[in-house]
Amino acid sequence: MIGAEALFRMEGISKRYGGVRALEKAELVVEPGRIHAILGENGAGKSTLIKIMAGVVTPDEGRMVLKGDDVVFAGPAAAQKAGIACIFQELSLIPDLSVADNIVIADPPQRFGMIDRKAQRRLAEAALDRAGAADIHPAALVKDLPLSRRQVVEIAKALARQPQILILDEATSALTAADVAKVFQVLKRLRQDGMALLYISHRMNEIAELADTCTVFRNGRNVASYANGSKSDNEVVEMMIGREYRNVFPPKPQATASDLAPVLACRDLSWAGRLKDISLSVSAGEVVGLGGLDGQGQRELLLAFFGVLSGLSGDILIDGKPVTLNSPAAAKRRDIGMALIPEDRKTEGLMLPMSVRDNLSFASLDLLSKASVIDSAAEQRRNEDMLDLLAIKTAGLDIPVGALSGGNQQKVVIAKWLMRRPRIILLNDPTRGIDVGTKQEIYALLRRLAADGAAVLFYSTDYDELIGCCDRVLVLYDGAVKRELKGDEISEHALISSALNITGNGHHPLREGAEA
Amino acid sequence: MRDWRYWLAEQRGTLIALAIFALMFTIYISNHPAGLTTNVAQTAANKGTLLALVAMAQTLVVITAGIDLSVGAILVLTNCIASMVVTGNAFETTLGVVFVLFVGALCGALNGLIVIYGRLQPIVATIGTGAIFFGIALILRPLPGGTVNETLADAMTGKVFGIVPASLLMLLAIVLVVWLPFCSSVIGRAAYAAGSSETAAYMSGMPIRRGKFAAYTLGGLLASIGGLFLTFFTYSGQASSATASTYTLLSIAAVVLGGVSLFGGRGSAIGAIFGAFAFRAIGDLMFVFDFDALWQPLFQGVILLLAVSIGALGLWRVRNRLEWFG
Repeated sequence: MIGAEALFRMEGISKRYGGVRALEKAELVVEPGRIHAILGENGAGKSTLIKIMAGVVTPDEGRMVLKGDDVVFAGPAAAQKAGIACIFQELSLIPDLSVADNIVIADPPQRFGMIDRKAQRRLAEAALDRAGAADIHPAALVKDLPLSRRQVVEIAKALARQPQILILDEATSALTAADVAKVFQVLKRLRQDGMALLYISHRMNEIAELADTCTVFRNGRNVASYANGSKSDNEVVEMMIGREYRNVFPPKPQATASDLAPVLACRDLSWAGRLKDISLSVSAGEVVGLGGLDGQGQRELLLAFFGVLSGLSGDILIDGKPVTLNSPAAAKRRDIGMALIPEDRKTEGLMLPMSVRDNLSFASLDLLSKASVIDSAAEQRRNEDMLDLLAIKTAGLDIPVGALSGGNQQKVVIAKWLMRRPRIILLNDPTRGIDVGTKQEIYALLRRLAADGAAVLFYSTDYDELIGCCDRVLVLYDGAVKRELKGDEISEHALISSALNITGNGHHPLREGAEA
Repeated sequence: MRDWRYWLAEQRGTLIALAIFALMFTIYISNHPAGLTTNVAQTAANKGTLLALVAMAQTLVVITAGIDLSVGAILVLTNCIASMVVTGNAFETTLGVVFVLFVGALCGALNGLIVIYGRLQPIVATIGTGAIFFGIALILRPLPGGTVNETLADAMTGKVFGIVPASLLMLLAIVLVVWLPFCSSVIGRAAYAAGSSETAAYMSGMPIRRGKFAAYTLGGLLASIGGLFLTFFTYSGQASSATASTYTLLSIAAVVLGGVSLFGGRGSAIGAIFGAFAFRAIGDLMFVFDFDALWQPLFQGVILLLAVSIGALGLWRVRNRLEWFG
């Protein structure tokens, strides 16, 4: 593989973010005229690898060789100049500019120092045509296009730069089935033209159809490369897991409480094409997990329960009765008793410059005040209880919460909501980016809260957590519940294969809803 | 959709500003005792042009999702400098004009450097620099006074061929020489892109820094043309804090009325020009209807709020309430 035919090579690439190791001596060889698929779990290091190739992130160590010469990219512009175009998961389009403006953005055609709008129009039309999207009007504003079309524009934009290497990072995740078919034709044609394509996707059926070579990443390393078709889906899943399994979880109660009346339930819940006819119920004492790949509607489901989304169809039921919740303020009212531990503690959970005390009290000010005046003695008492309950390590209640470690910050977010003694606890990936010790405490706490009668709905991107913590797991795919796993059925293999929407026997169903 | 409909959508803000201006100006003229004479047009044009220049300066910065609270201070500072150097024979006067414009561009460039490299928020940076610019103006001209080349001043505030207000021709020239080249250059597009989504612009490898720097510098330059024009108007210079703060606030109002988004990335200086003229026309309505001048700020405020509310209607359609805050 190594030698004259490699267009681009990465050798010994490492990258750390703080104490977290994203990539550790990773290697990759890219050849022209081939589609190279990259597989791996969430957090396996794929995105970091791509960002390094695209010049967005600088590696701590390692070298990159393009056509025999060592290269170092100072920024995205440098990588683009070298012929590497990347289509990112998070779109890189400017919403207020037109499609044509966006397509030629890196290097617009100019006459006398000004942008030649006619030439720009021609280039944009040609690029849209190459991307199989001649129906998109070049003068339309990007922000007026639906997400699926924007992603096609993103592909056209990358093609307009005439790259040698094209990286697609989950580039089909928002596409409709019709668009995917068109894009696949485009990609196959580009391969024939001799372009090197890197294809990152969680969709096994897409990889099976497109790829020539596959490389599996795990824990920041490339663990295996193989020719497409030479491994079964089961083998691939094994390679993606391959981790030691640590027993850090509290024991689950023998008799699950699901025969009790549900506290929280929904019927045929749909929203804006992102949630599709979801029905579920959670009883008191139960910990129910939400699984699946990132971005399949889990976050939206939690937000829907918490009153953040408008225009929902279907019913949300509390204690069996339909309710309408128009805001988080309504969802946290004492008769509903809901709490949401958000995904991003820095923006949605905490006011970082404010004190631990203020942050702990924010959600419970109604309970801590008399006649709208905060009872500071009661506040002090309740805050101290919370510090004890969650063993939050802080130099005091008056220091800014931003000064605490990540794990302790997360505990403050949880404590802030536990202060209300919620009956329904929604958690959105609460252990992301925190240390193992704190994780273990959070697992024990969740189980204790459930034992005290709370209904817990818990989204996690970490399969171990779902296996270790949950009585049941609902796996979401493309906004719908694909599978419900109970008790011993909850295994890493079952979670991953249902998350990837493949069945156990290695057969590839069509995109959605094709299985019985 | 056809091409013209996209064009219409893109120019919507500008066209609304034009419509508001046309409506207000028509009401004004039809109630004016003298009707539309060349003198009435000349007065309206001169008053509108002064605000339009400052509003254009503000537009450039607002497009990058910034705001320039020093724009009024640059106007006053360049007014004071112009009242000292724009005099004498033709050569000296020309040199003086060039110097005034240079000072304006320098002020804008300083704002840009602080915002881009100092990573200060534009609002803070320009409050600071605004105070400095005004302070310098006060030191240069502690008392109102000075002179200006009156031939030039009269020519610029007068009429060409006895009909067309010279100020409008100057505004047209500025649009042709400064604005159009800016917004159709790569630099200008980078300024828009940075205002719309700085992350996406960075990821696309655009020259964000140069775009922002150009926007701030040209903003300073346009404010100094306003300063020159104020001097032509008054034949003198005055370090007036009322003038500085009034023009800063009115420039923001005119920009908003002109369909420029304060979130950045959207709008045009041409819209801001119409916004400025519309705002002036609203103020003038008070006089033809014989209202007490004391009502003018209140009336202008109500009109401004009504105009801006139209732009906020879209929020009612948001389906994820978190987008209210984003």
